[in-house]
Amino acid sequence: MRTCHPLSIAIAAAALGIGLPAGAKTFRWSSASDIPTWDIHSQNNALGNGVHAAVYESLFYYNKKFELEPVLATGYRQLSATQLRITLRQGVRFHDGAVFDADDAKFSLERAMAKTSNYGVYTQGIDHIVKVDDYTIDVFTKGPNPVLLRQMTELRMMDKDWAEKNKSAEPKDIKTKEENFAHRNANGTGPFMLKSWDQDVRLVLVRNPNWWGKLEGNVTEIVYTPIKSEATRIAALLSGEVDMVLDPSPADLARLRASSALKVVDGAENRTIFFGMDQFRDELPGSNVKGRNPLKDLRVRKALYQAIDIQTLNRVTMRGLSQPTGALISPQVNGWTRRADARWPYDVTAARRLLAEAGYPQGFEVDFACPNNRYINDEEICQSVAAMWAKIGVKAKLRTLPLVTYFPMIQRYEGSIYMLGWGVPTFDALYTLQSLVRSVGAQGDGNYNVGRYSNPQMDALVERIKAEVDQKTRNQLIEQALLLSHQDVSHIPLHNQVIPWAMKRNIDLYHRADNRIDMRAVKVN
Amino acid sequence: MLPFILRRLAQAVIVMLTVAFIAFMLFQYVGDPVTNLLGQDATPEQRTQLRADLGLDQPFPVQFAAFVGNAMRGEFGLSLRQGRKVSSLIVERFPATLELAFCAALLALIFGIPMGVYAALRRGNFLAQALMTFSLLGVSLPTFLIGILLILVFAVTFKVLPSFGRGETIAIGAWTTGLLTPDGWKHLILPSVTLCIFQLTLIMRLVRAEMLEVLRTDYIKFARARGLSDRSVYFGHALKNTLVPVITITGLQLGSLIAFAIITETVFQWPGMGLLFIQAVQFADIPVMAAYLCLIALIFVVINLAVDLLYFAVDPRLRIERAAVGH
Repeated sequence: MRTCHPLSIAIAAAALGIGLPAGAKTFRWSSASDIPTWDIHSQNNALGNGVHAAVYESLFYYNKKFELEPVLATGYRQLSATQLRITLRQGVRFHDGAVFDADDAKFSLERAMAKTSNYGVYTQGIDHIVKVDDYTIDVFTKGPNPVLLRQMTELRMMDKDWAEKNKSAEPKDIKTKEENFAHRNANGTGPFMLKSWDQDVRLVLVRNPNWWGKLEGNVTEIVYTPIKSEATRIAALLSGEVDMVLDPSPADLARLRASSALKVVDGAENRTIFFGMDQFRDELPGSNVKGRNPLKDLRVRKALYQAIDIQTLNRVTMRGLSQPTGALISPQVNGWTRRADARWPYDVTAARRLLAEAGYPQGFEVDFACPNNRYINDEEICQSVAAMWAKIGVKAKLRTLPLVTYFPMIQRYEGSIYMLGWGVPTFDALYTLQSLVRSVGAQGDGNYNVGRYSNPQMDALVERIKAEVDQKTRNQLIEQALLLSHQDVSHIPLHNQVIPWAMKRNIDLYHRADNRIDMRAVKVN
Repeated sequence: MLPFILRRLAQAVIVMLTVAFIAFMLFQYVGDPVTNLLGQDATPEQRTQLRADLGLDQPFPVQFAAFVGNAMRGEFGLSLRQGRKVSSLIVERFPATLELAFCAALLALIFGIPMGVYAALRRGNFLAQALMTFSLLGVSLPTFLIGILLILVFAVTFKVLPSFGRGETIAIGAWTTGLLTPDGWKHLILPSVTLCIFQLTLIMRLVRAEMLEVLRTDYIKFARARGLSDRSVYFGHALKNTLVPVITITGLQLGSLIAFAIITETVFQWPGMGLLFIQAVQFADIPVMAAYLCLIALIFVVINLAVDLLYFAVDPRLRIERAAVGH
């Protein structure tokens, strides 16, 4: 809180390399788009959250092995089912020199809970925060919350005085006409400091010489340049203008792997791609079946499932860049089990028989919607699957849309069969179950259950998972829910995305399932 | 003169309104920014609320009227994607596009005119034929392909020129320029070459055709009869008369250079207005798209007006004919 050295000195020191190990190491990377804002509690954007993490720290965060680790906290104790006591790290300073303490922690958590914040999914269940002493806070929850610590990994800490002084005590509001200071400026406690940000052009971070922790990597400067055109992005990597590309296109991979100057690091993303089906309407628009909805029939859903040749999809369409799955979550997510991951086998004969039993021996026509610029090979996947369904007589009338029109469309429940990919920022299955298979309701329940699947048994399971604090029991409940979704064919899971990162050979970093670079560990050799 | 200008201005206003209207109609189909703004976790209530707050639930005429009213005052609101004033975004991006467009226009003139003259004078010889073939390529190859080919050759294979961005820029007041640093110049080469190829070939073909036409006229024959040197005939008399339509076309094409820089800017990640527009389209950032389209329409209208006025001043026949009709 007390300001000791002005920010400018710290930045100048870093820029001049004072107090840093010999030799400035710059890490230059690129991907298609820029982060939306520097305001850490405004827009919940995956790329933004990843970049923010280098500058702003949270109380808890994931380590290399994806275990929760205290960062700006040093420990916690569950005082009661609804009261969590967190002790804060002492001796931590913000980039402007101010000391981090309980006031800042309380302020930051409350800022993320503000109406103008989009971080509601990470603050849900938190009732209020109480400062106990300068380095202790109590978090009170509305009920038992087994994922509170995981939620906190995305709630980063901002200096109270800095925010108030700069009229940024509230997160950037997309609705007002005012620009927010925290939108373009940053003052965190992290290992890197924001030096300049020219949105859509260049983002420069420099090492924080006064960081409390010990940096594993050796980078002194990070330069991020968004490059929209895929070909240009790869050209920039090949010509050596950038060191790393986060999102190389699948078509370029063979060439990149063959290059002696480059390497490609593959890793599974915790994002599962699946099809959803309208199980609510009594008649599907655009279908030739009148008076009833074939997708309400379990046998039809199962037939569609079993008609998909997932191995061919993996080998041909995805060029191996996918992990076929039978669950709605990936193995990195808490609650995943091998049992829940089993798929209904690929079996065209069985699929035909199921269709005939359901009363559609000749198949039927159905609307089939897919995005064409959101997931890896999304359009190609849908084309392949439409061809597979044609073999059992189901004429899927494919329409592909860019994401800006696709998502509003499925949110209006207008897709009969639709594709969706679901990532899990909390790394806990509740996030998926609550959004995808819980009946549509309030408080985020079923907010992406856009096929409106509804099963009271499932709702009861999800409610129990929300409140169960015993880890073992809870994980059993999650498995039950996943198996129920499988039995019901609430969705047709396809695969978990595998994300390749392309970089020069002299870059040393580790792949993370949330598609983020942990800047603390990046080495330029 | 004055009625002519007034008439033209009235037409310009109608054009602007039409563009604004069509643009605005298109926005009904580009999608909904609300999903992008709120992220995947938002509840339906939050989405409805935001849609109402942004005025997106209003009927079309109301939205349009509000938009035109604000646009008159130069107020396009806040970018949904960047959270900053659209006007300041455009002011920031405009220099990059303008520098690129001017460099491309300049290159097109400097190379296009001599090449056209050469192709006309040495019709049939090998080099002239080669130039004509090249110009066909230039007219028919799509811009993005030229850009990517240039990147492949000069950035990836030979590593002599940068593949993206504007490089180091220097700010002079609100204007950022890349023309004052060697790095900026290096970054400018590939994009401006890419952007100029179409214009260059167009000018070259135009000059050649006009030149051939002029060379057949009587006064060239008389000039030769007077015993003037080839040089004086070709460059003193023929070329001068050729240039009138060339100047008109170049003026008009400047507008398209600015507007169609979109593709070049996307390929080279050139931080100009075109790139801003493309990014806005992907996000359904309506205020930015609207402002961009209106600005481009305005540029075209202004250039057209200026060209018309120039015509009026330059070509005496126009005035005489009008006078004759009037009486």
